[in-house]
Amino acid sequence: MDALLSGIDLLARLDVLMALLIGSIGGVIIGAIPGVGPAVAIAILLPATFALDPLVGLVMLLGIYGSSMFGGALPAILINTPGTAVNALTTYDGHPMTQRGEAVRALGLAYGASFVSGILSILALILLSPLLARVAPMFGSREIFLAALLGIVLVILAHRGQTFAAGMMAAFGIFLGTIGLEPVKYTQRYTFGQDWLASGVDLIVVILGLFALSQAFLLLNDPEEAPTTQRVEGSMLRAIGEVFRFKRIAAIGSGFGVLMGMIPGVGEFTAQFLSYTYAQKTSKDPDLFGKGSPEGLVASESANNAVPAAAMIPLLALGIPGEALTAMMLSVFYVHNVTPGPGLFQTQLDFVYALYIAMILLNVIVVVFMLFASNWLLRIIRIPTRFLGMMILTLSFVGVYSLRNSVTDCAIAAGFGVFGLVLKRLNLPIVPIILGMVLGGIMEVKLRSAMARVKTPLDFVDRPIAALLAVAIVLLVGLHIVNVLRQFLARRVQREE
Amino acid sequence: MSRIRTFQELFRRDRRRGDLVFALAFLALALVLLAAMPTETTWVKRTKLFAQPAFWPAVSVVAMTVFAALHLLGSFSSPRIPGRLQEALYWARSLEWAAWFLAYVWVVPLAGYLLSTLVFCPLLCLRLGYRGRTLLVASGFGLAVVVVFKSLLSVKIPAGAIYEALPPGALRTFMMVNF
Repeated sequence: MDALLSGIDLLARLDVLMALLIGSIGGVIIGAIPGVGPAVAIAILLPATFALDPLVGLVMLLGIYGSSMFGGALPAILINTPGTAVNALTTYDGHPMTQRGEAVRALGLAYGASFVSGILSILALILLSPLLARVAPMFGSREIFLAALLGIVLVILAHRGQTFAAGMMAAFGIFLGTIGLEPVKYTQRYTFGQDWLASGVDLIVVILGLFALSQAFLLLNDPEEAPTTQRVEGSMLRAIGEVFRFKRIAAIGSGFGVLMGMIPGVGEFTAQFLSYTYAQKTSKDPDLFGKGSPEGLVASESANNAVPAAAMIPLLALGIPGEALTAMMLSVFYVHNVTPGPGLFQTQLDFVYALYIAMILLNVIVVVFMLFASNWLLRIIRIPTRFLGMMILTLSFVGVYSLRNSVTDCAIAAGFGVFGLVLKRLNLPIVPIILGMVLGGIMEVKLRSAMARVKTPLDFVDRPIAALLAVAIVLLVGLHIVNVLRQFLARRVQREE
Repeated sequence: MSRIRTFQELFRRDRRRGDLVFALAFLALALVLLAAMPTETTWVKRTKLFAQPAFWPAVSVVAMTVFAALHLLGSFSSPRIPGRLQEALYWARSLEWAAWFLAYVWVVPLAGYLLSTLVFCPLLCLRLGYRGRTLLVASGFGLAVVVVFKSLLSVKIPAGAIYEALPPGALRTFMMVNF
């Protein structure tokens, strides 16, 4: 209780609250613009927060992270274009509802479901925190190594049909993380005699290249698009309140979101799939799914908005990010001298509670903002895409150049921008590169310190959590191989018939 | 022959235009890195395998090579979509925007953040085919970016060399600090 009150005290400052307000509203606006997304915004703004007080900077970026999905639902419902990738499922039922003349109802249900799931997931975290504080110290070097390895395995296996591509990108990310002067024996790794490679490849430079610059190049390359939108008329408050008619779907969707968000490498898409499938199977009107079902919309939005809070669990408790955005948040924490990991819950529980309360507040701010601002946001959606590309290119300069005032960093980011564009065009995964870079570094450090106390391979898994994680990794890989072979045989039998 | 065909089917996947070009290029990169490993990493005597500085680069490059080879195999085994050259040209077109970005990066320390941005935004818009009021909007956007990031958030961007031409005094300091 003391920690909770202390957390409230940390937040009760004008500059922190202003940062939360700016981050939350900024996140909604960014989420509403198709082609920008929270990853681009956080990457650009991260260096801009260096000069701010740690809590102010963190809360602002947390606001963007937690609120972008609210905004992403708006274009998904009104113009059939998801604002962020995780709003794609929202288009299935949201847009048909708009076509039926139920735009305000669809928006209200989406905002309501997002709000309910956001609050439920944070409450779950607050209740879980004492447990986490007890479990997290049980994670020593070998457990953290295995959890990071599990994250890599999961992110590869989660890319169904693209497992090899995800594997090579994750390995590429690990490789990028090893470039430069190695900090223990002080040897050079893959620097090719170049001084500019000795300090390594900066994670933020790669993120800005792969997410922001690649998006700018894509928008600048493609023909102009300026979506047309129509005003939304009706009572938004009543529409938001309607979500309580679907409280079972919203609660179960939130549950899936929390559960999937906690597992590194899984995230929103699996949560949405499970939530949507459950809602369809238990619905009295399953045929309406995909054609404008309010239940489908609630299932999709409640699952995806529960994930950001839950994804903070492995990040805060173990220092392990589960997806690209939390990998960025990890950089945010490091930059602001906060080291996530087992010690955080023991030594800075008030800080953790401050973050949770900030997330509750951001959900309230966003839903109040959305009550009044939906029509105003429609004007932002109408920004022509090539002009938007120019805007992202200009803003990316701030993100890259202000890191170290290095032209080399900018050239590397531009190179990764072109690389990211190629990956996006080929529909190949980008996230494994970022996770490989972050988790590769963690694995190297933790394996080295774990092996110092290990004599035989079995010693490595002689603690319960380590054994559990090792079994999970072996099972996941084994099940994946069996599944692929089974699908292949089924296809073959089908063809022979 | 049928066994080879069966083996190929196992790796079949969806592919897009230019997939094979990328798969070949990525495997080539992985092989170059693999070949460079003896000279670009160090094995230290009397040090355990897991603590070797070369251990993680070796793990990552070997994994890159194996996965890239499997990805290439998938590319060969999957139905081809024509248009490889157009796609490669599309990728190459993005180099123009990269050049614009780097030119902007090069100009800022010389002409200052404000002037460079006020010129860059409308100039790029002009290249994109915008005319009239949009160019003014682009300049306004450029001004807003400079004011928010440099003047208000004090983001670390060095003062342009051009400000040295201003007479010493309050105006020069003001311009150097804020724009």
